[in-house]
Formats: sequence, C-alpha cells, structure tokens
Amino acid sequence: MSEGTSVEEVLQSTSDDSEDLIPILQEIQEKFRYLPEPALREVSRKLNVPLIEVFHVATFYNCFSLEPVGDHVVQVCLGTACHVRGAPRVLDRLLRELNLPGPGTTKDCQFTVRSVRCVGCCGLAPVVRVDASTHPAMTQAKVKGMLKKYRKNGRPESEADRG
Amino acid sequence: MPKLHSVRELEEVRTECLKQSKTSKPCLTVCAGSGCQAAGALDVLKGLRVALERAGMQDAVDVKSTGCHGFCEKGPLMIVWPEGTFYNRVTQRDAKDIVASATNGRKPVERLLYKDPTTGERVVREDEVPFYARQQRVLFGNNGRIDPKNIEDYFRVGGYQTLATVLLLKTPEDVIQEIKRSGLRGRGGAGFPTGVKWEVCRANPAQPKYIICNADEGDPGAFMDRSLLEGNPHSVLEGMIIGAFAMGANEGYIYVRAEYPLAVEHLRVAIRQAEEYGLLGQDILGSGTNFKIKLVQGAGAFVCGEETALIASIEGRVGEPHPRPPYPAQKGLRGKPTVINNVKTWASVPQIINRGADWYAAIGTARSKGTMVFSLVGKINNTGLVEVPMGITLREMIYEIGGGIPKGKKLKAVQIGGPSGGCLPASLIDLPIDYEALTQAGSMMGSGGMVVMDEDTCMVDLARYFMEFLEEESCGKCFPCREGTQRLREILARICAGKGKEEDLPVLEEMSWMIKETSLCGLGQTAPNPVLTTLRYFRDEYETHIRERRCPAKVCRELIAYEIEPTLCDGCHACVQVCTTDAILGEKKKVHTIDSGKCIKCGACLEVCQPKAVLVT
Repeated sequence: MSEGTSVEEVLQSTSDDSEDLIPILQEIQEKFRYLPEPALREVSRKLNVPLIEVFHVATFYNCFSLEPVGDHVVQVCLGTACHVRGAPRVLDRLLRELNLPGPGTTKDCQFTVRSVRCVGCCGLAPVVRVDASTHPAMTQAKVKGMLKKYRKNGRPESEADRG
Repeated sequence: MPKLHSVRELEEVRTECLKQSKTSKPCLTVCAGSGCQAAGALDVLKGLRVALERAGMQDAVDVKSTGCHGFCEKGPLMIVWPEGTFYNRVTQRDAKDIVASATNGRKPVERLLYKDPTTGERVVREDEVPFYARQQRVLFGNNGRIDPKNIEDYFRVGGYQTLATVLLLKTPEDVIQEIKRSGLRGRGGAGFPTGVKWEVCRANPAQPKYIICNADEGDPGAFMDRSLLEGNPHSVLEGMIIGAFAMGANEGYIYVRAEYPLAVEHLRVAIRQAEEYGLLGQDILGSGTNFKIKLVQGAGAFVCGEETALIASIEGRVGEPHPRPPYPAQKGLRGKPTVINNVKTWASVPQIINRGADWYAAIGTARSKGTMVFSLVGKINNTGLVEVPMGITLREMIYEIGGGIPKGKKLKAVQIGGPSGGCLPASLIDLPIDYEALTQAGSMMGSGGMVVMDEDTCMVDLARYFMEFLEEESCGKCFPCREGTQRLREILARICAGKGKEEDLPVLEEMSWMIKETSLCGLGQTAPNPVLTTLRYFRDEYETHIRERRCPAKVCRELIAYEIEPTLCDGCHACVQVCTTDAILGEKKKVHTIDSGKCIKCGACLEVCQPKAVLVT
C-alpha cells in the first residue's frame, strides 16, 4: 500500500450511494494499485452492500486486481490488429525475458504483465503499453531494450527514443 | 467565460469567435490523438513551440493540438493553416524547418509531404491524399481543425448552432420526425432506427427519463469512438442535449472505457466548459430545458457494450444483461425510460438537424443511410480511420483508400464487426457495405472494425483467437454462451494443435447454431459468427489441419518447423543473438542450423534474418 493513505481516508471523501460502488472501487484501486481485502469490507459496510456483492463486482471487471501489482504494469495488446501482426509472439518473448509462466507479477515485484484487448492504437500494431507510455510496432527483438528502460538498475527512460 | 441566458447571447459569442478566426494568424495544428501521441506528437508540439520561440515568432504563429485525423499509419500528422499544408511522419527534428517555412517563404517542407506510392509524387493538401480523397467526413471532418479542449474552437466551426436553432424554432416532435426521416440507424452495431427508439421514449409517460451515450467501445480493432471523443467531444454533447430536449430527459450519462484516458480527460473538460457557458444545467439558454451529463468510467468488461449490461454497470452492479423486452426505452436505468445510443449516433444528430433529413438520407443505400466510420487495420498499407458513405464496396475500401496489402501479399479475408462479426473471403470483394449485405454474408456491421488479413493469417487460428476472447468476456449468466464458447474454443485449439478429428466440424457447426439461438444477449447470439463464417468460406483450411496435420498459412505452432536454407544463410549470427533457447548452431560467417529439439518456434530468428534464410515448413 502507498504510504500515508488509509482506506478510511479514501472513503471519507466518497459517497455512500450503492450506485457508486464501481467508481469507489476504482478510486481505491488507483490509490493502492489493488483492492486490499480490508478495503472491500469497509466499502461493504459503508455502502450497505453485502460483501459477496462487492466481491462479485471486484472480480467481474478486468480493471480490478485483488493482488498487489508490480512497479511497472506492462500491457500487451492482443486486439485483433495486434494479433494478426504478431502480438502473441511478443507476449511470449516478454514472459520469457521476465521468467514468468504466464501473465502476472515478477518475483521482485518490478513488473506486472497483462494482456489487454485493444488499447485503440491499431494503426501502430503490435503495441505494448508500459505504465502510461505506448510502444508502437513492437518486435521480439525490441522487448529486451524496452524492459531495460524500466528496470531499477537500468538507465532511466528517455523521451527521445521511445519505441 | 460568461454564462449564456438566451439563444441570442450564444449567437453573439459565436459571431465573436468567428470574427476572431477570420483575422487569425498562421496556425500549426498537430494531431495529438492516441495514435499520433504514441508516435511522438507531444515531442513535435514541444519542438514547434521551442523553434517558434527561437525565431521570435511565438506571437505571430499559433500552435494547436487537435484530435485524430484518421491516417494513423503516417503519424504524427500535422497541418499548417491557412494553406492547409499536410505533413506526415513529422519528428521533433523537423520543427525548425516547419517554422521557417511557415514564417518565411511559405514553401512547404518537401520531405514531409505525403508521397503517393503509385505515382511517387508529393501532394500538398490533405484532401489530395488518396486515403482521404474517397472519404466523406461528416463526423470526423472537424477533428483536424479544432482543439478539443477549447469550446470556442467548436463555436468557430459552427458548433452549438444547431442546438440554438432547435431550442428557438423546433418542437421535440419536429426533431424526432427529422431523425426518423433521415433514416439514421444506431451506429453501435445493431442498426436499430434511432428515431423510432426516441419516439417510444418520448411517448412513455414515466418520469424521469434518461439518455446514455454508449462509449464502451470494446471491440478489438475498433477505435473510432475513442477518436471522436478525443477529437470532437462537443459534437457528442450537442447531439445529447438535442436528444434530451426531444425526449424530455433531464439526465444523461456517458459510459466510457477506462482504457481511454485521453477521451475521459477531453470529455471532462468539454462537460465543464458546456456547463460554464450554460449549455448544460438548468434552463439551458432560457429555453426551460434542464439537462446535466455525468461521466461514468467502465471497469473493463466487453459485455457492458450490451445496453442492459451497461445499465446494470451504471447502477453499480456486475454487467450482466437481462432479457429484452422490456427494452430500455420502456424500462431502463432505475426502471425508467432510457435511450442508449452510440457515440457516432449522437454526433450525427446535430449534422442531420442542421443540414436536413433529406441531405442525410441522400447518402448511402436504400436501407442504410449516411456515413459509417470504419477502422481499417491489420495487413493493410494505410491503417487508420475511414469515414465513407454506406454502400461503398470492400474493393474501394481496401485498394483505393487502404492502398492495398503490404509486401505485395494477397488479400485473404476481411473481418468486419468485431469479435462476433464474421470473416469475409477475398471473393466477396465487391460486396457493398451496408447493414443488410453484411448480415446476409454472415457478418455484421458491428461498431465498424475492419481487420484485413493476408495469406499469412490462419483462419482456424483466428477463429480460436476470437473464441478465446469471447470465452473470457462472456459474463457467465446464461449457460449456452458461458459453456458454448468454452467448448468451441477447446475444439478449435485441438484442431490448431493438429489433433482435430473429422467429426469436429459438424459438432462446431451444430453447437454454433445452438449458441446463437439460445443465448440471452447479443454477445452470445453473435459469438459463433467467426466460427460459422470461417467454416463457410474457409472449410478447406480446417480440413487441411485435420486431414493433413498441416497449417497452410504456417501459423499454428504445433504444425510448423523452422529451418535455415544453407544456400541463403550468410552466417551473420543475428539469429543466434535473438534465440533465447540456444537452438541455433553455427559459427560466425558459416552456415547455421536449427536444432529442432531445442527450438520453441517463437519466430524471433525469422524476424531478424536479413537474407531471408529462415524458412517455415
């Protein structure tokens, strides 16, 4: 969890209308980068929505995670355009580079790999998004260099050579 | 900005804005849509500002970031006004030359002009580029002209003029009749007549009424709604306000994907500006109409594009659909009459009212009117967003606008309508694209995603891909969709792995029809389309996988092997460096070989081999 913020603090400013369950969970997810169990219990109490329903919503929608995520979220687009231009191979390569059996978080918690369906940059397929920056026209050969920019011991990302 | 209390005050503001624009100075507009941003548009903007400052011209020339122009393939794109000089593939390094050209002799920077691949000639203006020449940009035309975060810019291109006319001169019934006469059909995919839906909602005595803009663009390969929201959000708001007036709704929602942060940001700004001007809120322009809009962010569920699931999601529940009837126009959000329209449908409304139902109805085919926006992606030279009249043929789309297939490959299929659309074969290239023709061919209009595939795409693998997507996105409420998509995917995966059986094909067919007929919502009812169309048009490919254990497109991993052709290998060692499993043997400058026992068939060697010595067999 990020320092200095508690679930109570986040919930202080939110509404107690049960219709706002999803935006509230989105806010918690944004603050803590996942949905901690105590937060779900607190939300359930505050909105007077049964915990099972809060859990149902939290597990139904793709943007919520019940597990903590890594420092960098790597999203490999597997939309149709990216698929036909070779995205599955890029994903495989990425997983091999990070020693992951499938999408998930690395042991050192530096990276969380996810596949997403279409980030809407089909013209630049295949696309990988790391945090907020988009890497267009990805190839297997570019994977290593891309990761290096984000690794703690690697050099910091530079604006000029994105992608 | 002043709050406007009457239509007359709006007219004054608009006239003032128009006056300013006539005396305005040269302007450099840079496309800052998601695509061009990924290609470095923000750096270009920065570069232009720095270059102007260095030349001491920052007050003489404006720099503006605009929405998506559609030609994503060639991004970052920019236009120099007033000449309309169109530059493509611009980088930060070009900024100095662009500024010099715009401020001095005004001779365009030759190297940044679009080069026509067939004639080799450079063209200066956007509308001379073949990609744009065949288009009719009713909805997207203003994207390249306005700063989406600036409502005054929208005023300058005639924005909110239609709203003024409606509030001053028209009754709600007039508006609904006009929309009905125009023949506008829902642009979200199903194609239901918009005016009819509005009429049902208007006639419903229940109060309050809600309208919703469906911007949960979930189809992979489609990004037109995103581009419109990013590039011209006020056009959608204006359509919604007119709709609210026509139907008597006081509250509206825009349900937008959280995966589109830029669209969310631009919508927030647009709503705030419209509120500040009094175009949203209480007693809009003194007309007595009250209307507010709330932005709701989706949480990542494809099924929420279905209207009843979307309503459930706004109500804070899981996005599970419920059977219709009752339709939302009868009983929708919180049990009240609700009209849900797609982004493009709402944005069409001001155009139709402004230019008249007859003008709109004259575009398109007998039953599909107006323009349709497609995202032309996949194995195509000119990737991007294309707005064309309904009824255009696939041939015109792919060869005239799209510029054909890259690397001289052959067109194999076009996948239209998102994951639950269908794959049409190259033999249907002269099919006119409208709602009926596509449905008849086994596909559907959907949201307008158009993925072009060449001979290197395996149709069985593609069907498996779509089924995997739909299995993941099925909400799980009804049995046929939940279990059916899973079974279909399992069978398809088995065929791709070379373990298919003869009897698999009739089972696939039978199960597909069962899922279509018995599923609860549109997702399940259309989910088997990719399987059915690939079986209908590419059955031989399935049979080759099953009978010969061979993948003709050389895609399915279990059915291919990598080899190095000794006569072509120059021993450059590039493949050895990218191979992660040490499967490539051989010294530098000597012919290499692949150890098939170690090879995991990732294809990295193929990607880097310059002399094309790596073969797939």
